[in-house]
Amino acid sequence: MKKAFIILVLCSFSLVCRAESSVELEHADVDVFDQLSVIRGAGYFANYCLGCHGLKLMRYSRIARDHKVNESQLREFFLYGDAKIHESVRSAMTPANATLAFGVEPPDLSLVVRARGADWVYSYLKNFYEDSTRPFGVNNAVAPNVAMPNVLWDLQGPQTAVTRVADGKPEVVGVKSSGHGKLNARAFDHAVNDIVNFLAYVGEPSALQRIPLGKYVIVFLLFLTYLFYRLKKEYWKDIH
Amino acid sequence: MSQKGTTFREWLDERLPVTKFFEDQLLKYYAPKNFNFLYFFGSLALLVLVNQILTGIWLAMHYKPAADLAFDSVEYIMRDVNWGWLLRYLHSTGASLFFVVIYMHMFRAIFYGSFKKPRELLWLFGMVIFVLLMAEAFMGYLLPWGQMSYWGAQVIISLFGAIPVIGEDLATWIRGDYVIADATLNRFFALHVIGVPLAILGLVVLHLAALRTTGSNNPDGIEIKKNRDLVGIPKDGIPFHPYYTVKDLYVAGLFITIFAWIVFYTPEMGGLFLEHPNFEPANAMKTPEHIQPVWYFTPFYSILRAVPSKLWGVVAMGASIVVLFLLPWLDRCPVKSIRYRSPLFKIALTAFVISFLGLGVLGTKPVTETYTLLARIFSAVYFAFFLLLPIFSSVEITKPVPERLTEPVIPLAKREGFQWRLIEEGLRAVEHSPYITGFKDTVAKLLGKISGR
Repeated sequence: MKKAFIILVLCSFSLVCRAESSVELEHADVDVFDQLSVIRGAGYFANYCLGCHGLKLMRYSRIARDHKVNESQLREFFLYGDAKIHESVRSAMTPANATLAFGVEPPDLSLVVRARGADWVYSYLKNFYEDSTRPFGVNNAVAPNVAMPNVLWDLQGPQTAVTRVADGKPEVVGVKSSGHGKLNARAFDHAVNDIVNFLAYVGEPSALQRIPLGKYVIVFLLFLTYLFYRLKKEYWKDIH
Repeated sequence: MSQKGTTFREWLDERLPVTKFFEDQLLKYYAPKNFNFLYFFGSLALLVLVNQILTGIWLAMHYKPAADLAFDSVEYIMRDVNWGWLLRYLHSTGASLFFVVIYMHMFRAIFYGSFKKPRELLWLFGMVIFVLLMAEAFMGYLLPWGQMSYWGAQVIISLFGAIPVIGEDLATWIRGDYVIADATLNRFFALHVIGVPLAILGLVVLHLAALRTTGSNNPDGIEIKKNRDLVGIPKDGIPFHPYYTVKDLYVAGLFITIFAWIVFYTPEMGGLFLEHPNFEPANAMKTPEHIQPVWYFTPFYSILRAVPSKLWGVVAMGASIVVLFLLPWLDRCPVKSIRYRSPLFKIALTAFVISFLGLGVLGTKPVTETYTLLARIFSAVYFAFFLLLPIFSSVEITKPVPERLTEPVIPLAKREGFQWRLIEEGLRAVEHSPYITGFKDTVAKLLGKISGR
């Protein structure tokens, strides 16, 4: 029993083990208050990501409310299928089918930006390259040997790896674009940034409430503190 | 009721000593009049404790202590509960600031010798609160059931396994399972929400009772009770209420402003207060690349890692906390305040503080050869401070201690030592620099314009 457990643990390690990547992360320009960018990102997400990755912690209705769109508008660019508006955003693929297709269950992306950072997600999406040794013909310079295909390939065009020999072994240090995508490099960067922006919003929708409120709270507290300070001065003036 | 000649207050006082209690504890409790900013951290700790209890109660109304529900229930609080995000951030920021406040509070005690006779019990109660607070924070950190919650708890509880003979069984008994699992989460929830807070509250009462018995120490480290006027009131004492209540209120205002700034603008504190890997649900099959505790445990975690053997590492980590309990008996110097102690003590305390901070920083970093070497040096300094203290504190050449209280903060000009002269020079240079004078002119002009209109 114990032996079986150890073997199980070891096996699962080998599945999820990620080698440290030496690729430097690119900076994502995140602004969850840029509503158009977030909505564009939501559109890309629904078309390119939602097939496999869910956002189970996010409700459709919350996305609609936060971005001031109504249900029929949301159904145009994000809510495809027959899901109800108050349901959470789930992938159409069942975990069993997904595991059959990819070997691992595609992770839920509700919190991916909070867990890994916006820069990581941005760089990850941009750093797929052709690698005939991998099941889907692509590999990733940021997350080597990841099980995911390059879903944005038609927008980006195929990319090849830039390698360097370190310690006698070739090491991927970056990618080079062929420039045959539907979008040019600049437009593609914008598209990926929109997706990251959307995921940043999904990671913490309350940021839309939290950050604008802060200044009022702090101005009020500073005023209150000033009153307390005057009170203290008044009481303490005869203490020497 | 007043028609019958008794007010409500009189009615109450006949049945419960309300007025007497407030008189004894606030109006007729005389505190030294020269408290400086280091003395605010006690009342701030109480403030944070109240924040933790209140936000904790409301979080517990929505949180689900089950392995398959816990992570999502925290996110449910963050998303679907009205103001849930505020409750959660107040609680998580409060946890970190609790330790900032407590570390400052403890530093104050060492700085001004507040742990010394007759305040040994006060110090011991405080130390027990500190240990309980660490247990409280550790168990609370498991509840979000993220990767760092899970693996942090896994690492720390497995340390009990290092104890010879009973170790492994003890660790299993604590977890309630062979690994961190649902049983662990459930018992940690019970302890975090009921067990430990009750004990902390009880000890806070004892801590305050001991403080009221001996009276507060002060930046001069002298007993104000020795100098009384004809009525028996300490000459250097002022009633706690209203003087310190209004002063504490003002400082609480400042503190809450900083608190709010963190909650509203940087609740993760760049991954220090809320660690990034903890936004990934706990996964027993996937070990994170670096497992590190939250920042407030890192000094002790560094000591643990600095020792090559697991058992002795655990012993060293335990010892680093136990020596703090012994402080009242390790320090033999009769002079309390650092103001009148020898340069040797000042250097030793500085080295101790630097090594404590250094260990804290190193605990957040992955292990490398250089870092391990540094952690070993800092650990050695940490323990050397306590081991050498009994020796040098008994032969220390101290300065004469005044009869009456002096300033809350000694003015720069009065301070001895070349470092203060350097700071004085620096400040003078800054004051006369063209930037500062230019800035002053601009502000004066602006103010003139505003008042002119």
